[in-house]
Amino acid sequence: MSTTTVLIVIVIFVVATVLLCALPFVHRASQRRSKPASPDTPIAVSRSAAQATDEPVAVQAPSGATFSSGLASSRRTLRDRLASINRRRPDEATWESLEEALLGADVGVATTMTTLERLRGTAADQDIVDAGELVHALADQMRAALDADRALHAIAPGREGATPVWLFVGVNGVGKTTTIGKVGARLSAEGQLVVMAAADTFRAAAASQLQTWADRCGAELISGSSGADPSSVVHDAVSAAAARGADVVLADTAGRLQNRKNLMDELAKVRRVADREPGAVAETLLVIDATTGQNGLSQARAFAEATDVTGVVLTKLDGSAKGGIVFAIEAELGLPVKLVGLGEGPDDLVDFDADSYVDALLGVDADDPGLSGP
Amino acid sequence: MFDTLTDRLSGTLRGLRGRGRMRPADVDEALAEIRLALLEADVNVAVVRRFVERVRERSVGGEVTASLTPGQQVTKIVNDELIDILGTSPLNVQFAPKPPTVVLLAGLQGSGKTTAAAKLAQWCKSQGRNPLLVGADLQRPAAVEQLRTLARSIDVEVWSAAGEVGDAGDPVACAAGGLAHARQAGRDVLIVDTAGRLAVDAELMTEVARISDAVEPHYTFLVVDAMVGQDAVATAEAFHATLEVDGIILTKLDGDARGGAALSVAEVVGRPVAFASVGEKIDDFEQFHPDRMASRILGMGDVMTLIEKAERVYEQEEAEAAAQRLVEGTFTLDDFVDQLRQLRKMGNLQSIVSMMPGISDQVRNTEIDDDRIATAEAIVLSMTPTERVSPEIIDASRRARIAAGSGTSSAQVSNLLKQFTQMRKMMGGMMGVGSKRRPAGRKAARKRSKGAGRAAGGSRTGGGGRATPKGASRTGKPAGKPSVADIDWDALDLKLPGR
Repeated sequence: MSTTTVLIVIVIFVVATVLLCALPFVHRASQRRSKPASPDTPIAVSRSAAQATDEPVAVQAPSGATFSSGLASSRRTLRDRLASINRRRPDEATWESLEEALLGADVGVATTMTTLERLRGTAADQDIVDAGELVHALADQMRAALDADRALHAIAPGREGATPVWLFVGVNGVGKTTTIGKVGARLSAEGQLVVMAAADTFRAAAASQLQTWADRCGAELISGSSGADPSSVVHDAVSAAAARGADVVLADTAGRLQNRKNLMDELAKVRRVADREPGAVAETLLVIDATTGQNGLSQARAFAEATDVTGVVLTKLDGSAKGGIVFAIEAELGLPVKLVGLGEGPDDLVDFDADSYVDALLGVDADDPGLSGP
Repeated sequence: MFDTLTDRLSGTLRGLRGRGRMRPADVDEALAEIRLALLEADVNVAVVRRFVERVRERSVGGEVTASLTPGQQVTKIVNDELIDILGTSPLNVQFAPKPPTVVLLAGLQGSGKTTAAAKLAQWCKSQGRNPLLVGADLQRPAAVEQLRTLARSIDVEVWSAAGEVGDAGDPVACAAGGLAHARQAGRDVLIVDTAGRLAVDAELMTEVARISDAVEPHYTFLVVDAMVGQDAVATAEAFHATLEVDGIILTKLDGDARGGAALSVAEVVGRPVAFASVGEKIDDFEQFHPDRMASRILGMGDVMTLIEKAERVYEQEEAEAAAQRLVEGTFTLDDFVDQLRQLRKMGNLQSIVSMMPGISDQVRNTEIDDDRIATAEAIVLSMTPTERVSPEIIDASRRARIAAGSGTSSAQVSNLLKQFTQMRKMMGGMMGVGSKRRPAGRKAARKRSKGAGRAAGGSRTGGGGRATPKGASRTGKPAGKPSVADIDWDALDLKLPGR
């Protein structure tokens, strides 16, 4: 037998052995999949609907103008692309342009296809012949899809009296620590007493980075030693916050790729510990980088399953990326986008506004005569 | 969701079997599938459009060979084209004759520059170099401290203007100071970490250009997150226009993203991906292999890395013996435990499964618990030697004893035994196919005659590496790497379930 053959044989053996180990799981997965996809299967839809009745203590956004101006850079390029399809009767080229616009904004293949399929139906029903009108119909349809309740909960629903915890989760490098700094600055400015928990005990200097932010906004930071159990750090922070009568605990966690099961288990434990008396998890915010592609959906699914995510923070939207993946995340998984990061300054955090977002994504303005067609 | 591109194409092109030549209409249908597969892998829309055009040109009128189905042939063209873009060979870093070799890292926020800088320093050390890290990210709080902590763990010196957290300083002066210090201290590699910046931020882009002018890097690497989507192109264009990028470092490749961004960036910049960061440990950093990435983007698994990992843990003789027992179908539960242990040495199950070709996304994304191995091992170790050789003698009472001994249930024991029998049967079937295929394999081996040297010596790169002359195995490696295209087609057919 040649060495190559031996190697191939070994690989086959390994494959078979792994498959053997995987078989029960595959079986289980297929059972899970074969369950009828009832509307309540997506994780947070029913949940957030229930929360809507609870007190949504909204944290007010500074202004909607910031949101739009921050998006200016991404807006221009997309507008150029769509400019060519206006003032023409919608033909196949129009549909292709729309498809490329959505795909190019990271909305994703599956979501783009279903979105355009529905739009074709609308166009046929309403007899839309003008390309500009078609774009507006698309914008309306997309806005309507972004209808989840995006109020931030200052108090965990049904857990009045407990110290509310906002947990920030996500993959590496999306901007969790920076987001906490900005959220801390915002809440402090509103007069709330903020405690931050540096539960990212893995990344070198993560606690120092958060300390800088805590100093900036006058929050207290509770941290553990490097490599300490993140759950214990969160527990300490919640206890300290309860003792001081703090209004909220903002808990940072280490970035982790969602396919690392042990790390996701660790995160689930952090959430359980944070939700234990005297604390109660009011928000679990998944931080997603606007440059993220299709992997964002996989992130949202995995983190939602592990930690019961209540909302999404979309960061780095001040760049050229359009963050279209959050449309897919909200439209398909029902996870509302709650906050948007537009820079590295303490004030560069605004509430998500579906209208401005869709307009920016498609490059349309309601008051823009150039795009409303002849 | 869709399965691998190969699965899709095999459906689309089934009608093509037996035809001598591919017609444009057939190819169109296949190309539509390829387009979707690439878009799902996050390859940029514009890049996909150009890519599909090129594949069309190469496919139309191409002869359908006897050994490949049209679907496989189109996939092969796609694969070759992907490798062309990603770089036909790994970028080999040439250290400057007059040290220090200066390396500049740039990229968006959160792409992993600081970690990549430390990993690159560790890689340079493994190449016998003496690197100095420069922390020129004076913007993000504690970025320099992060670099220092990482550098301490690999015993590399860090130069930075800002010793303290959040101290604003001039990154250009800091980088220049680092260069002077490297010359003075006799460091032969200088790695400059810069602050993350958005490509649309003109001010910061000018700043990084000034850093570049100050240190005149031999290599400028753009650090790109494997999870990045469509924006990869805009970012790469902007950085390339400002800095003239020499290569790409792809980070977070251990996630489950297909990493199509690598293709977008390589196409736009026209430079190869040099390194890939594949884990959280400082050693999880390797030279990039375009062919493997091509397979990954196409969802065809990563057979070469799998083989390499296998090579690392298996000894030649052990491998021969294991293969022999497999062929004869005489392996026992003892062998099984042995294989499980080898498997564990190769890394976690999830990552191994993700490297396998012909595995659907559903299986790929199934959570596989490594404890599963420990449980299986415990069950087998609770059996008597006789039971391990002839598992059929295990009856209810023996099963209860084994369950008690391994801390499992009787059901788990019988489940394992059932699966073991199933696998033995499955292996028998696979080997049958395998032996029929062997001539093709030999032909492929002849084609890459240069590969023979590596095939003979390379399989001992793990523990037995000393037995092979060091230089020989190194130089033999890139040239002798069996082309994945050659192996894959055999391997795919062998392993695709349900074929």
